[in-house]
Amino acid sequence: MISTAPSGSIERSEGERQVAPKGSGMSVKLVIIGASLGGFDALKVLVGGLPPDFATPVVIVQHQGASGADLSGLLQRYSKLPIEDAEDKAPTSPGRISLAPAGYHLLVELESFALTTEAPVQYARPSIDVTFESAADTYGVGVIGVALTGAGRDGAAGLARIKQRGGRAMVQDPGTAQRREMPAAALGAVDVDWVGPLAEIAPTIVAWCRGDAQDRPSRRMAQRESVPRT
Amino acid sequence: MVAAPRPWERHPVVQARSEAGGAGMPSPSDPPAVLEDVEIELLLEGVYRHYGYDFRNYALSSVRRRLRYLMLSERVRTITGLKEKILHDPEALERLLLGLSINVSAMFRDPTFYRTLRTRVMPLLRTYPFVRIWHAGCSTGEEVYSTAILLHEAGIYDRCRVYATDFNEVVLRQAREGSFPLKQMRAYTENYIAAGGTESFSEYYAVRGDAAIFEPSLGRNIVFAQHNLAMDGSFNEFHLIMCRNVMIYFNPTLQARALGLFRDSLVRLGFLCLGSKETLKGTAQEATLDDFDGAERIYRKVRG
Repeated sequence: MISTAPSGSIERSEGERQVAPKGSGMSVKLVIIGASLGGFDALKVLVGGLPPDFATPVVIVQHQGASGADLSGLLQRYSKLPIEDAEDKAPTSPGRISLAPAGYHLLVELESFALTTEAPVQYARPSIDVTFESAADTYGVGVIGVALTGAGRDGAAGLARIKQRGGRAMVQDPGTAQRREMPAAALGAVDVDWVGPLAEIAPTIVAWCRGDAQDRPSRRMAQRESVPRT
Repeated sequence: MVAAPRPWERHPVVQARSEAGGAGMPSPSDPPAVLEDVEIELLLEGVYRHYGYDFRNYALSSVRRRLRYLMLSERVRTITGLKEKILHDPEALERLLLGLSINVSAMFRDPTFYRTLRTRVMPLLRTYPFVRIWHAGCSTGEEVYSTAILLHEAGIYDRCRVYATDFNEVVLRQAREGSFPLKQMRAYTENYIAAGGTESFSEYYAVRGDAAIFEPSLGRNIVFAQHNLAMDGSFNEFHLIMCRNVMIYFNPTLQARALGLFRDSLVRLGFLCLGSKETLKGTAQEATLDDFDGAERIYRKVRG
């Protein structure tokens, strides 16, 4: 599967990418992070790397059982930004981290969330694909999707949808993930904009949201990557 | 009714287009989903004008999802193809109605909610000589039967009437039967116990094949009826209204309509119960209904 990893295809896709012209108002509207097995440890690092003045709404979809531990409370200890479970119709707020609640899928409407109790998708509710796809439909180029550690392949199809609609895709280097299957599946399905180690994800998100997108830090990172090529 | 705000006007792509001075002039590089949103709008408008079912103020993100599923099962490639089929074939409409209602339910869903209903609300309902309850959006009836069991165990079932409504006649038919898959009973029993149940749960149903048929006496005071929260009005005054995980499929306009309807349909000191991730926060009814149990989303009409 990793043989299809896009270290080569990143270059190939460079010319095709829809790049929002500067000053077009196509700023980042939403950052969505998907994680499964091993996600909590990765999320600690990621949310800890977002500065207190970070001004883009962030959504986290972490697979969890139906009852759900108090994930937002546990993560809050590591974050300078407020973290809470997303409620139905709650507004997406700049600088707030919203968690998909256990037992629901999280959909993204314009400037608010909507929940659904539809059946689990690939055994997951919340499903990462569902939220990725919905955000892509609603915000198009304004979305950054991030796939972290996990078993299974949730997130891959959603990340493809984000790319198709002109948004950007980041993937944790499977070699640095507690479970490599999920990020590897994402790499197999999508020409990602960036793949790299966990510690560099938050700084990259911050740079992209600040409008440094034209600098394409992705390329530099991608070439340094340790994704096995065979 | 006031026309709904047109969601696409605030769509970033449309905004950027008008900022660029070319409003209404699609560029070839536009992502395709905006067209799809237009098609959805047209389909819902057509269904409303031709059949009278109003989904125009459902949450767009979930309607889009449901319609994409329907496109697959109806084997059409576009929403417009789906629209053609539905407008010309009433049987396809039936499938749309089923497709747009999310009928994923469970008995004693969110056991802590039912525990609170049992310990805090039932004692207050017991003080009335006669109790009217409305389950709005009851789907296939799992939660209605859960409430019936609580009323029975509180000893007030015989002086209660439960109105269980849904817009969808197909799910109502199922709900009237009081029959649920036997394979769910283990999970439902666990929920029942977690909700504070102390009886033997299996006493409430008889096994027939792979179905659990609930005790007919539990259904005796339940009236199942068609009612559409998008179009119909109030039909009685209630001491308890339950509408859990129904308005999550509505946009804020329709949600406001339904909440207003509930407020108008409650007796003074009546209760409104929402799903565990639904809130009155930010709605007009935040000012008219008080928190009774904040964590379990139980509200009470204290004024007027």
